[in-house]
Amino acid sequence: MSTITETTPAAAESVAAAEQQWHRPTYWPFVLPALIVVLAVIVFPWLFTIWMSFNEWKVGSPTTFVGFANYLRLPNDPRFVEAVGHTIFYTALSVILPLIFGTLAAVVFHQRFAGRGFLRGVFIMPMMATPVAIALVWTMMFHPQLGVLNYLLSVVGLPPQLWVFDPATVIPSLVLVETWQWTPLVMLIVLGGLAAIPTEPYESAEIDGAGFWQMFRYITLPLIMPFLFIAGMIRMIDAVKSFDIIFAITQGGPGSASETINLYLYSVAFVYYDLGYGSAIAVVFFFLIVLLAAVLLYLRKRMLWTEIGGGA
Amino acid sequence: MSPRQLLGRIGLWFSVFVIVSPAILFFLWMISLSLKYEIDNAAYPPVFIPEQFAWKNYADVLASNRFLTYFVNSLIVTGGATLLAMLVGVPAGYGIARMAAHKSAIVILIARITPGLSYLIPLFLLFQWLGLLGTLVPQIIIHLVVTVPIVIWIMIGYFETTPLELEEAARIDGATRWQVFRHVALPIARPGLAVAFILAVIFSWNNFVFGIVLAGRETRTLPVAVYNMISFDQLSWGPLAAAALLVTLPVLLLTVFAQRQIVAGLTAGAVKGG
Repeated sequence: MSTITETTPAAAESVAAAEQQWHRPTYWPFVLPALIVVLAVIVFPWLFTIWMSFNEWKVGSPTTFVGFANYLRLPNDPRFVEAVGHTIFYTALSVILPLIFGTLAAVVFHQRFAGRGFLRGVFIMPMMATPVAIALVWTMMFHPQLGVLNYLLSVVGLPPQLWVFDPATVIPSLVLVETWQWTPLVMLIVLGGLAAIPTEPYESAEIDGAGFWQMFRYITLPLIMPFLFIAGMIRMIDAVKSFDIIFAITQGGPGSASETINLYLYSVAFVYYDLGYGSAIAVVFFFLIVLLAAVLLYLRKRMLWTEIGGGA
Repeated sequence: MSPRQLLGRIGLWFSVFVIVSPAILFFLWMISLSLKYEIDNAAYPPVFIPEQFAWKNYADVLASNRFLTYFVNSLIVTGGATLLAMLVGVPAGYGIARMAAHKSAIVILIARITPGLSYLIPLFLLFQWLGLLGTLVPQIIIHLVVTVPIVIWIMIGYFETTPLELEEAARIDGATRWQVFRHVALPIARPGLAVAFILAVIFSWNNFVFGIVLAGRETRTLPVAVYNMISFDQLSWGPLAAAALLVTLPVLLLTVFAQRQIVAGLTAGAVKGG
């Protein structure tokens, strides 16, 4: 923001204001090429998707305007309703687990130790690695007979699991991959929050004889709350949209036990080529994400007002 | 060092070990799978280090000339999408930062929230209508959905923090806006350029969803090619794991060597993203 104007004397202020005015048009050539690209590949697809969602639009047959018919199909489509349930279950787990593990990891990485930079690089490898490539290795690890996971379970005396091959365990198994993959992002965000905490509260708490856990519970946790919210929000947006891992490991199966909205959208649009209905799903899906983000933001605001007092 | 401090150190190293081991063990297992013959990969209990390394798995993958084609495809798509994004995104980030046009960032947020698949439906029809399917052009264009927002987002952040004094001095000396950007702002923002470039490359390289819809047999990128190996061509684990490792190796190397830039870029984007 233009904070310069607040600190300079009045005379300079008017110059700066004139300057601001004069800046605006002259920077347009810098932005124009990107604007054209954004209009072409982001805005145009959006408008076109909304238009298509009001049409019966199948590849190879004529298009007819059907109004809200595609949207009215949604609540009566059992596969879509089921996919919404799977998405909520998958997302809830994929937000909560990385938040817990990522916070713990951030507390550890906040300490000083030899090789911290390198180990942090290793720790973030799961989220940078090509998702399809790691999905393939996880698929091998999940194999009920030959997979290494069942062997590890047998070592600690637990019964073997069917993992992604059983409708009852497929979503938790996929969440295991998602958690392994995205805990590092939460760690990085929370680590940024920890770096911003002053040391004084800890010093006085130590004098008062507070233990590590008490300091974490009553000093660290409240202070990193805003960062946890941001991490939770990003995680939510990404988990709802999760595609690569699910598609490469189960393709929504067994049956449709792990079919989330995004996977169903893929099937409708690019397996059945029902593009009008697919567009309606895409539009509803987008607003669902926005709605979830808005609810989280609202909760955050309420929490700030009631607990911290509007500050932070 | 007092016993209590020592205990603290041991506790810390134990926690570090616990936290990093899922990542390390996974990638070690991936390497192990890729270096074993079928008989070792099917053994129970599993073999971690085989008596004989199956370097042949890598030789097989590299020798198949289609792998080379897909590698070149990936290079062209990622390279094209990243360079185009830098070309339009860096000046745009500069312009937005200097105009303080923060509202325009909403478009980028929307791009971040939108599922990739929803771009695919209209663009798929558009490419079909233009007769571009079957070439690499549609994939380069659609990867801009990923790369352009990253570059703009990161460059706004960088140009907002670079000092204005130098730019103003240059303007007083009679430099045009473009010259100021080219010779003053751009060199200062070089670390930002590196961050934007690296992240754009990684996310474009890793992208899978655009390829499965738009790529034909000859225009697959590596992630799509690996996925097709699972479903159609290959059933033995060794060569599959070797291929998976080769696909993700460039990204993993980049992560370890450029972790400082990656961390800077991701946290900037993330924290600002809230």
